[in-house]
Amino acid sequence: MRWFCKSALILTAVLAAGGGWSAELGDPDKGAVVFRKCTSCHEIGADARNRIGPQLNGIFGRAAGSVPEVKYSASMLRAGSDGLIWTQETLDAYIENPKALVSKTRMAFRGIKDIRERSDLLAYLRTFSDNPANIPEAEPTATGTDHNIDPAILAIQGDPEYGEYLASECQTCHRTDGTNDGIPGITGWPAEDFVVAMYAYKEKLRPHPVMQMMAGRLSDEEIAALAAYFKDLE
Amino acid sequence: MRFNRRVFIGTGAAAAVSLSSPIVFAASHGKPRVVVVGGGAGGATAARYIAKDSKGEIDVTLIEPARMYYTCFFSNLYLGGIKEIDDLGHSYGNLAAAGINVVHDWATGVDREARTVTLAGGGSVPYDKLILSPGIDFVDGAIEGWDLSSQNAMPHAYKGGSQTELLKAQIAAMPQGGTFAMVAPPNPFRCPPGPYERVSMVAHYLKANNPTAKIIVADPKAKFSKQALFQEGWAKHYPGMIDWIGEDFGGGNVSVDPAAMTITIDGEETNVDVCNVIPAMKAGHIAAQAGVTDGNWAPVNAADMSTKADADIYVLGDAADQGDMPKSGFAANSQAKVCANAVRGALTGSKVFPAKFSNTCWSLIDTNDGVKVGATYEATPDKVAKVDGFISATGESSDLRKTTYEESEGWYAGITADMFG
Repeated sequence: MRWFCKSALILTAVLAAGGGWSAELGDPDKGAVVFRKCTSCHEIGADARNRIGPQLNGIFGRAAGSVPEVKYSASMLRAGSDGLIWTQETLDAYIENPKALVSKTRMAFRGIKDIRERSDLLAYLRTFSDNPANIPEAEPTATGTDHNIDPAILAIQGDPEYGEYLASECQTCHRTDGTNDGIPGITGWPAEDFVVAMYAYKEKLRPHPVMQMMAGRLSDEEIAALAAYFKDLE
Repeated sequence: MRFNRRVFIGTGAAAAVSLSSPIVFAASHGKPRVVVVGGGAGGATAARYIAKDSKGEIDVTLIEPARMYYTCFFSNLYLGGIKEIDDLGHSYGNLAAAGINVVHDWATGVDREARTVTLAGGGSVPYDKLILSPGIDFVDGAIEGWDLSSQNAMPHAYKGGSQTELLKAQIAAMPQGGTFAMVAPPNPFRCPPGPYERVSMVAHYLKANNPTAKIIVADPKAKFSKQALFQEGWAKHYPGMIDWIGEDFGGGNVSVDPAAMTITIDGEETNVDVCNVIPAMKAGHIAAQAGVTDGNWAPVNAADMSTKADADIYVLGDAADQGDMPKSGFAANSQAKVCANAVRGALTGSKVFPAKFSNTCWSLIDTNDGVKVGATYEATPDKVAKVDGFISATGESSDLRKTTYEESEGWYAGITADMFG
């Protein structure tokens, strides 16, 4: 829960600062420079077209996977119908580590770890969205949060035997052969990605209600145990 | 998993081996012996996990009369014309191939002193630990005018297989503008949303094939599972077709006459073309035979699903009185894994992990209009207690409902693979 506490602290600090919202936002001009990392696949601004990825005008408040005629991954379409909406918070998580939020996204981008760079980029993207720009409580003017999970949590060595027992609960729905039909396959998943994804469900960043419930009651050790088990399951 | 030639031969071979070989009944001295009665979501899962995880250290026998298991879950989709009957059938061939002694016979009695299970076909099977997962039977005299001898005129279709096929055939044979009646059961019963998903799927079939037909539901309950979701869906997809008569309007005051094909609800007699009588339920007969029931169900300890009456007998699924979990295939499968872990630990000294339970029930209201309800549970000294839960919301987008339905298909493939290997 340390991750959650950290977000809550930042939010509290911002609330205490009163009208300090805009000061927490990144610099859109610097963000324009950061955006160069995205331009091989994405366009934004007047006449922006869909390319490998969707055009990004109006991204804030848009449902994931919802731009017509864009080839999305099954994971992105599922996230969209599960209710994933692009907000400051979800975009920040996605840009930091795309696969943490949408497991098999087609966006082959390793993410931006630097929170300042991300907030600059989001400030730039925001200038192309219609959402209310000057209402402090509304997206996208809420401040960004740091989604880095405590390295101590990522460093926990899971017990694969415990993981095997816990995994039996997952395997009522998720097939051991990794089949990806109706319910996504979760075998052979790198342990760190698995842990990050489970925390995204715990914190309700990922939208699926069954998974929010299942991950919600797993302890740090249990998540590590499951990650240790599933990473080696072919 | 469809009924095909390969699967069929596998089952036949397994049955022949298990019935003819003395290994089943005699030669397991030295190895701890687990006997599982009932090859559904609880029993098949428990047998499979104990055999798989003990890696041959435990001798596992599964006693199940049916050579093919037809799931009750998804049987409503067969009634609606969305699934075929073969989609619901599963053989025990893979479990036999995985080293489980599959005995196709009825368990007729349990001798707790001698620790043996008696078989209808003669002989008995010794056990160190006995797991009963017998599903449900019906309470005698629950519906005036109906008993098991009426089940051909007025099917319950609440055990999978021939009853489901019979009900489907009767619905298909209804005259245009005819009446389908359902007598819904009192709590607690197998699959709480089941009768209402069935109403939805019958309506789905009738809308396409017999659009002026009517559906009457006589229900002894004042409310039911996912009620807001079902009633929203009925109004949207099947306006004017379904008349649900709850407790407040005399839905519990029901008698039937299978010879005359009439149903009398709160004093008013109606001629019907199909009458689906789902009576009050109790634990499958063998649980009472074993002396582990108290009233209609078998009280169990939440930590390992062992019965309060006998520490060496466990009861899973619908037959168990465990606490807050609904009686569902998902729940039975979840309980089976907790039980398997505990039984293996007790017999081989393997590590026993804390009990964790969960359940999700998907229901289909119309094509691609799926909804779900679910919860997680933990073991407390008193019962299996609910921790957290969720339910689909009314007014959800059609995209989400479609994803939910596709998810239920994924779950069906997942749980049947988890049960039958």
